[in-house]
Amino acid sequence: MTAPRTLFAKIWDSHVITERPGGDALLHIDRNFVHEGSFHAFGALAKDGRRVRKPRQTFAVADHYVPTVNRERGLAAVEDDDARHMIGLLEENCRVNGLVHYGMADERQGIVHVIGPELGITQPGLTITCGDSHTSTHGALGAYAFGTGASQLKQILATQCLWMKRPQTLRVSVNGRLAPGVTGKDVVLAIIANIGTAGATGHVIEFAGNAIRGLTIEGRLTVCNMAIEAGARAGMIAPDDAVYQYLHGREYAPKGADWDRALAQWRALPGDDGARFDREVTLDGAQLEPMLTWGTSPEEALPVSGRIPDPQTLGDADKRAHAAQALAYMDLKPGMALTDIRIDRAFIGSCTNGRIEDLRAAAAVLKGRKTMIPAWVSPGSTPLKAQAEAEGLDRIFRDAGVEWRASGCSSCAAMNGDTVPAGLRCASTSNRNFEGRQGKGARTHLMSPAMAAAAMVTGRVTDVRQLLAGN
Amino acid sequence: MQPFTTLTAVAAPFDMANIDTDRIIPVRFLRKLRSAQAGYDPYLFHDMRFDARGAEKPEFVLNQAPYRRAGILVAGANFGCGSSREGAVYALLDSGIRAVIAPSFGDIHYANELQNGMLPVTLPEEICRGLRDQLQARPGATLTIDLPAQTVTDTAGDAHPFMIDPVYKERLLKGLDDIGLVLEHIPAIESFEQRYHAERPWLA
Repeated sequence: MTAPRTLFAKIWDSHVITERPGGDALLHIDRNFVHEGSFHAFGALAKDGRRVRKPRQTFAVADHYVPTVNRERGLAAVEDDDARHMIGLLEENCRVNGLVHYGMADERQGIVHVIGPELGITQPGLTITCGDSHTSTHGALGAYAFGTGASQLKQILATQCLWMKRPQTLRVSVNGRLAPGVTGKDVVLAIIANIGTAGATGHVIEFAGNAIRGLTIEGRLTVCNMAIEAGARAGMIAPDDAVYQYLHGREYAPKGADWDRALAQWRALPGDDGARFDREVTLDGAQLEPMLTWGTSPEEALPVSGRIPDPQTLGDADKRAHAAQALAYMDLKPGMALTDIRIDRAFIGSCTNGRIEDLRAAAAVLKGRKTMIPAWVSPGSTPLKAQAEAEGLDRIFRDAGVEWRASGCSSCAAMNGDTVPAGLRCASTSNRNFEGRQGKGARTHLMSPAMAAAAMVTGRVTDVRQLLAGN
Repeated sequence: MQPFTTLTAVAAPFDMANIDTDRIIPVRFLRKLRSAQAGYDPYLFHDMRFDARGAEKPEFVLNQAPYRRAGILVAGANFGCGSSREGAVYALLDSGIRAVIAPSFGDIHYANELQNGMLPVTLPEEICRGLRDQLQARPGATLTIDLPAQTVTDTAGDAHPFMIDPVYKERLLKGLDDIGLVLEHIPAIESFEQRYHAERPWLA
């Protein structure tokens, strides 16, 4: 009898082509994604005189640099010459290599980590790569998905495999039932605050427990998306019926007899009873509140009822130094209630929180209310934008004075010009609050879509549950 | 790829943990083409190095005379966390930095350094702090990294052993590219794919 295996071990084992002394494995990559930022890898590939070895396994989408306004004008809407060049270059690289390409005008365009699951390209049991750290998102469907740099991306394009060191495993169990108003975003911010931004370095996280299992697919995607912010190589959740129902009928999902065969394989993926993890962390989901970040690292997060900490009271010298610098950058003082922080801008979108459930949650808060601050929504994909419009969500946002924009990475990566002005404070549903992330000098507070909507209504950090209670 | 064997170079103390790749190279520079004539060196730590008017901030370590020629950084824990951007490595390399010594690294950045012939050296927190203290006491002092011997020799002449995966070590010593190491397995890859896709025809 073989030893009980984790979900991760099963996926890893089934993808090892060969191993070399020292524990490196040559891993088969099922599916790879590229975007405008992948030009370094394509350039290096061409310089070597190589082409993409398996063109059917790489999917391209324009997301990082696309404008979210004036999209009907096509490439002319891109104001920056370099960015326009990159968007065109992606299309050209796809043409040369025969890759599927969802360009700016394609009705399936969207953020790479949103369209992968949406089109059914992402499936349980697969190895999935992309030159983007938030590739961990796809693990929510039970895949092993991780980001790479340009050199490894080039290697995947050239060979459809990758030399990798087997990571260790960490199970993060969130037990109990989440309180109303507490979302996947709050869960993952609480996990990162607990284990730190280097808490899972060298590990793959499997998220487990009732609170995780009870999340919708959208909520699970949010949790796995931010696994990288805890330093993890990847995040994953065992697939279940909710995943299979989500995938059924999607463009790239298996059909007919293949579906039955796939389903039988997927059902064998969840970890065996007694499978061992290298580390275990447990959180009580019932104790969680809506969360937000106060500093410049995703681990600098607290429940909305909290106060800005005094750096001198924090764990170690590194944390104290980081927090002191963060408070200076964020212009905040120890002891201040988080709900006293004034907010100047709000952004809803990104591969973390740009999905239909996120838009519905924000719209539920904004219905019949007005935003006090400039705010915008960029849906995670163009199909999702259409779905939201069919549900009337765009009207709710527009009536509230919130801009309803086209789909792209927008203010999360702030590569497309959707930046936050220096010194201003943005309530953002994205994933990183690093110094300068949303623009030079911009101050980012990460939170859930409902919390960002609440901040729009009041112009300050607000516990969204107080607004929902009155509805 | 340029092989890495031993390196004796001016080392700059970078007394900060969690230096993310957004800091190493702000996002707005990632769209720039990189060539032998136009490297990524102007963008390294750009917003820490320069003020809003583009003038150097004198307090930033790499702006100080002894460290302008630094070939090694000694940083805090979790160096290179965050975004997968390989531009962070290009900016370091194009500025002449070929090794970073830190207690720990972001996984993707660690791999990116190795892919470009840079050496990420992992040493315990207290040793990294000791090295930074030495370098602050003697600005412009050099450290020697001996990859074959797996040691870092400090300014007092003490050698600190470090661990590195043997596969990474060999690749760096020989300056090998991973693609070459994959292509020698093409027959195994092809037979794997045939078997794998026979069981999963919808993925082929």
